[in-house]
Amino acid sequence: MNQQELQALRAMIVAHKRWDTLFGVIGILALMLGLMTFAALFADMAINGLGRISVDFLTSFPSRRAANAGILSAWVGSVLVMLVTAFAAVPLGVAAGVYLEEYAPKNWITDIIEINVSNLAGVPSIIYGLLALGLFVYTFGLGQSILTAGLTLALLILPVVIVATREAIRSIPQIIREGAYACGATTWQVVSDHIVPYSSAGILTGVIIGMARAIGETAPIITVGALTFIAFLPTMPFTGELPAGPFDWLFAPFTVMPIQMFNWTSRPEAAFLSNAAAAGFILVLMTLAMNGLAIWLRYRLRKNIKW
Amino acid sequence: MSEPSARLKKDLTRHVKERVIEAILFLAAFVSVFTTTAIVYILVSESWVFFQHVPLGDFLFDTQWTPLFDDAHYGIMVLLSGTITSSLVALLVAIPLGTIIAIYLSEFAPFAVREIAKPFLELLGGIPTIIYGYFALLFLTPLLQKVYPDLPGFNLLSAGIVMGIMIIPYVASLSEDAMRAVPMALREGSYATGATRLQTALWVVVPSAISGIASAYILGVSRAVGETMILAVAGGMQPNLTFNPAEPGATITSFIVQVALGDLPHGSIGYQTIFAAGLTLMLLTLVFNLIGYYMRKKYREAY
Repeated sequence: MNQQELQALRAMIVAHKRWDTLFGVIGILALMLGLMTFAALFADMAINGLGRISVDFLTSFPSRRAANAGILSAWVGSVLVMLVTAFAAVPLGVAAGVYLEEYAPKNWITDIIEINVSNLAGVPSIIYGLLALGLFVYTFGLGQSILTAGLTLALLILPVVIVATREAIRSIPQIIREGAYACGATTWQVVSDHIVPYSSAGILTGVIIGMARAIGETAPIITVGALTFIAFLPTMPFTGELPAGPFDWLFAPFTVMPIQMFNWTSRPEAAFLSNAAAAGFILVLMTLAMNGLAIWLRYRLRKNIKW
Repeated sequence: MSEPSARLKKDLTRHVKERVIEAILFLAAFVSVFTTTAIVYILVSESWVFFQHVPLGDFLFDTQWTPLFDDAHYGIMVLLSGTITSSLVALLVAIPLGTIIAIYLSEFAPFAVREIAKPFLELLGGIPTIIYGYFALLFLTPLLQKVYPDLPGFNLLSAGIVMGIMIIPYVASLSEDAMRAVPMALREGSYATGATRLQTALWVVVPSAISGIASAYILGVSRAVGETMILAVAGGMQPNLTFNPAEPGATITSFIVQVALGDLPHGSIGYQTIFAAGLTLMLLTLVFNLIGYYMRKKYREAY
């Protein structure tokens, strides 16, 4: 190999190494762009909204005057809707996950269920809103109520809960099942005494992530027809007179945090925009806290479990 | 010891109880099939009412969308143009950045960076879209207006860019999963021939993981097409047959929000349009999901 060829080869290697380093820098920059967007978003909301956050803001109803307006009806509505969502989505999702992992025979019905679960995860959320409008509001006559909204969001996060349940169950080693079956346990005994308790932390992670998604969902609830201006609270759960009283709250009109924020964002006055920033700030903190908790839980889980 | 018949009887109740529980669990799992069926049934039956008043030809080829006016026109093309324009902008942001981040995390980043970056990206993906909408309208649009003063207050450009940023975590984390699944031996072979990390990434890892990466892109497309609140807040809700992102425009999703916020009575044609629009959206995402499915099947490499 003569000197000239060697030179050319070295030049080529240096060039490739330079590209390699350059890409390392580009990669960090791309990551930083995400980080910076997040920081800008958070800072922007904090600057515009922090001044509005006070006890009054949390305990006042929305108002025509921006300075008096608060998010009382919005956060109470969000909490009640989440309650319905959790009550519907958790048992259904866990039951479906358990069925698919522990019971389901290998046949075409199981295949159809699995295809449906993965397909539903990709359906845009607004389609769930249209489904709820046609089914819950007009066919079942549940009205534009907390119950309708909660059930809609429950259907929306069902795939998340099912997938998390299945993953948690799948990570339980087969010997645990075999040990229990060898003692003469039935499938249900294995499931209720071993499978569900051991997978509960993983399931909880999925449930929290699903709920964090549900609390920020706006489009399906608008489609269902949530009102944007609510200056009263629904009757508190389980306090009304019998027979129908304790469940009155399920059928109350309501608003939720993201809708309140949307309403304020679409007003032209700047004062309402800072209300929107304040509501948004609280909403971001809520979803960050929930997602953070889920991520931390999963991290702990991965570290601590040794079968 | 009890009578044998008594013990057998007990076994029978146990068997029945097991069967009942299995049936209940099956019904819970079947809810997903029920949901899909209900979505299709509601969209088709409500759109049926709509299409009895509006011929399909008008729906597909009319160039105006004014269902709320007296002189009503129902050209879905107008809404589709908004959806396509904003989605293209979003993909121009999300696909390059998402891919770069995925390659970086999978092939370049030290362990510690990856451990921090992945949960962080997940957090970014968990932020409610209404927040992104606020950000697009009140942060990015004023910023863009400093560079390009003619930009209207509502426009598809800033909505699309923010939507792209929202999609980055999905694209990045799915593509990264696909790249991580490529066996180490392929990389080692490449390194042994003297390739750099970048060459290995671009010529060995990415081609081997192409089916996973493609399906990550497709998922990104279907997110963008179905995204609602960012466009409802920052895109403006005027129907506008344009492919210029610097103009305001309505998309299929933001139109549904607009009608749902209004006070049209159920059963009026104006109201039924949202189901026709929803059906179009559903078909659109279905097509993308099917493409994604076939891509995964066709290019899947088995190791």
